[in-house]
Amino acid sequence: MALPKYTETRYRVWHYSYLFICACVFIFLIAPLFVIFPLSFNAEEFLVFSEGMKNLDPDAFSLRWYKDMIYGTKNPWGLAAKNSFIIAIFATIGSIILGTLAALGLSSRYMPYKGIIMATLISPMIVPLIISGVAIFFFMAKAGLAATHTGIVLAHIILGTPFVVITVTATLTGFDHSVTRAASSLGSNPVNTFMKITLPLILPGVISGGLFAFVTSFDEVVVVLFLAGLENTTIPIQMWTGLREQLSPTILAVATCLIVLSTLILVSAELLRRRSERLRGINR
Amino acid sequence: MSSETQQILTTDGIPLSVSLKKAERKNKIKAFLLVVPLLLFLIITYILPIGDMFMRSIDDKMVTNMLPKTFTAMEKWDGKEMPPEEVFVGFYSDFKILVKNKEHGKLAQRLNKEKNGFNSIIKKLFRQVQRNKIDEGQSIKEQIMKVHKRWRDVEYWQAIKRTAPPYTTAKYLKGVDMYYGPDGNILQVDEDRRIHRILWLRTLEIAFFVTLFSFLMGYPIAHLLATLPMKYSNLLMICVLLPFWTSLLVRTASWMILLQQQGIVNDFFVMIGLVADDNRPEMMYNKVGTYVAMTQILLPFMVLPLYSVMKTISPSLMRAGKSLGGTPFVAFWKIYFPLTIPGIGAGCLLVFILAIGYYITPALVGGASGTLISNQIAYHMKTTLDWSFASAMGLMLLTGVLVVYWIYNKLVGVDNIKLG
Repeated sequence: MALPKYTETRYRVWHYSYLFICACVFIFLIAPLFVIFPLSFNAEEFLVFSEGMKNLDPDAFSLRWYKDMIYGTKNPWGLAAKNSFIIAIFATIGSIILGTLAALGLSSRYMPYKGIIMATLISPMIVPLIISGVAIFFFMAKAGLAATHTGIVLAHIILGTPFVVITVTATLTGFDHSVTRAASSLGSNPVNTFMKITLPLILPGVISGGLFAFVTSFDEVVVVLFLAGLENTTIPIQMWTGLREQLSPTILAVATCLIVLSTLILVSAELLRRRSERLRGINR
Repeated sequence: MSSETQQILTTDGIPLSVSLKKAERKNKIKAFLLVVPLLLFLIITYILPIGDMFMRSIDDKMVTNMLPKTFTAMEKWDGKEMPPEEVFVGFYSDFKILVKNKEHGKLAQRLNKEKNGFNSIIKKLFRQVQRNKIDEGQSIKEQIMKVHKRWRDVEYWQAIKRTAPPYTTAKYLKGVDMYYGPDGNILQVDEDRRIHRILWLRTLEIAFFVTLFSFLMGYPIAHLLATLPMKYSNLLMICVLLPFWTSLLVRTASWMILLQQQGIVNDFFVMIGLVADDNRPEMMYNKVGTYVAMTQILLPFMVLPLYSVMKTISPSLMRAGKSLGGTPFVAFWKIYFPLTIPGIGAGCLLVFILAIGYYITPALVGGASGTLISNQIAYHMKTTLDWSFASAMGLMLLTGVLVVYWIYNKLVGVDNIKLG
């Protein structure tokens, strides 16, 4: 973004102040995440940078909060992590299956009432979570599924499918249907065609939708707050209770782990997006 | 030539158009069958329960079911003077059943909401009935009226009559701080008790300003991302996407650390001499905290749609504008800005919709002045257990969101939502 030599001074000033504003916004976006890192290695119990940390004294840093997170007796993080992963994995599988099927139907040009059906399928993403939470709670309470893993998994499938539907439909736009017809004309049955031809082509969309569904479930707290019993506690619930009661550095250790996890997810989502664009022949 | 001779037949003798229609119908059914599992799943677990919320919000069958004979007898009563003997007889026989099932407490609670003072007079009547003090051989009207002077007050009987219909819109009125007066007219609650209206206004205000701030911050960086060469913009895009993928609670936690009184933001203000060290401002547990944290959390939802629109605008348009004699500002305002309006609409509505239903962040960093309507719904769901009121408020919020969603759909189209 180098400016040409003939630029007038006032545009020069404007250009650099514009870059300065952008820099400030980027710092605003990303800096809060980096505050957590050093503080989670704090040797003391306070959530401020101690004098020792400011002077980079090695004694001021420790892994004690990570040890507390893993071995701490009264900390339910182990159970919460186990529950979170189990729920998120099953919710992701459910969302992928239901969402991909629906997206295949929706992208067919024969699909009747496309608009209204699409709006219905996307609605859990638009309706405020608190309302979804109340509605899903009423259903689960009636069905006897409140405070069970099954109930929470079903709830997260509801919240996760819109993402799969959107990403897979996006992958299917510009999908060359003649390849599936070619497969059928060569004697392949529909299931075989789907597994061998369609699925590999839409896989990046399916996986990135699955990642969205996974993150939605893994990070979801409003609906779980209504549904979960003591046995079904998840990481977000534990963080929520922890943040409400007192902010302990153990939470920061957990948060650091979650940031690492989200970085991994971001990288894989980004790689998938590029692969998908390459497969679909979109060049940028 | 007649139409029959023109008709093209397939090999098995069926007209082509019929055969084509059949094939198309088959395709339609095939496509629909693929959608059915998800559609059915959502209808059963999600759409119908929202309908259930509506039924709960207007449901008022409790008293209707408790006092069936009373209400049958009341049908003939004009509601102006004291009700006739039959009403009292009906009420007495209903009440005896309630006492036997130990449900009179519930009735007292519900009627007390309709009119203050029912609690004590129902307790009095309960004691009389329990001790069999009421002689069924004599006028029941006289005896009940003797139990307490309020039973002689026609206003209390009018209040009972008002609870007769099985459905009520009272919960919705309560949501906007209004109620039904003694003769069925709609009244405002006292000025110092109008809490819900404040919450609605505050929710709108916070959603509006968070949208505005996100727009003001998101527009420049989306523009920068869209105009920078790929290798730089990819790096900067991480700054937008990493918060987007990071847990909401993690981001809220980091704001709680940053904004606390001994936190880094305050340290910084002290360092540059903006505030005195012994007079650090409280930035958390008030609106400031809510604004700052929510803007940062929702900013990616503004940047991503803006970016995807700006990416499609060819830089040669701006160059053409400038070469035709426009200053860069004029070129921007007349050419670039109008082209980004779809992105602005998408981003703003997305952020607004998300902000208006926010719950977690305001509850953690908002304190008392940062609570929104969602917090109130959660409070009634979990603490007061007034589920019908929570449902009513939820549906009022939902209506508002659906209106915004409808506008969004008109302007952008739901299938144009882009993720990442």
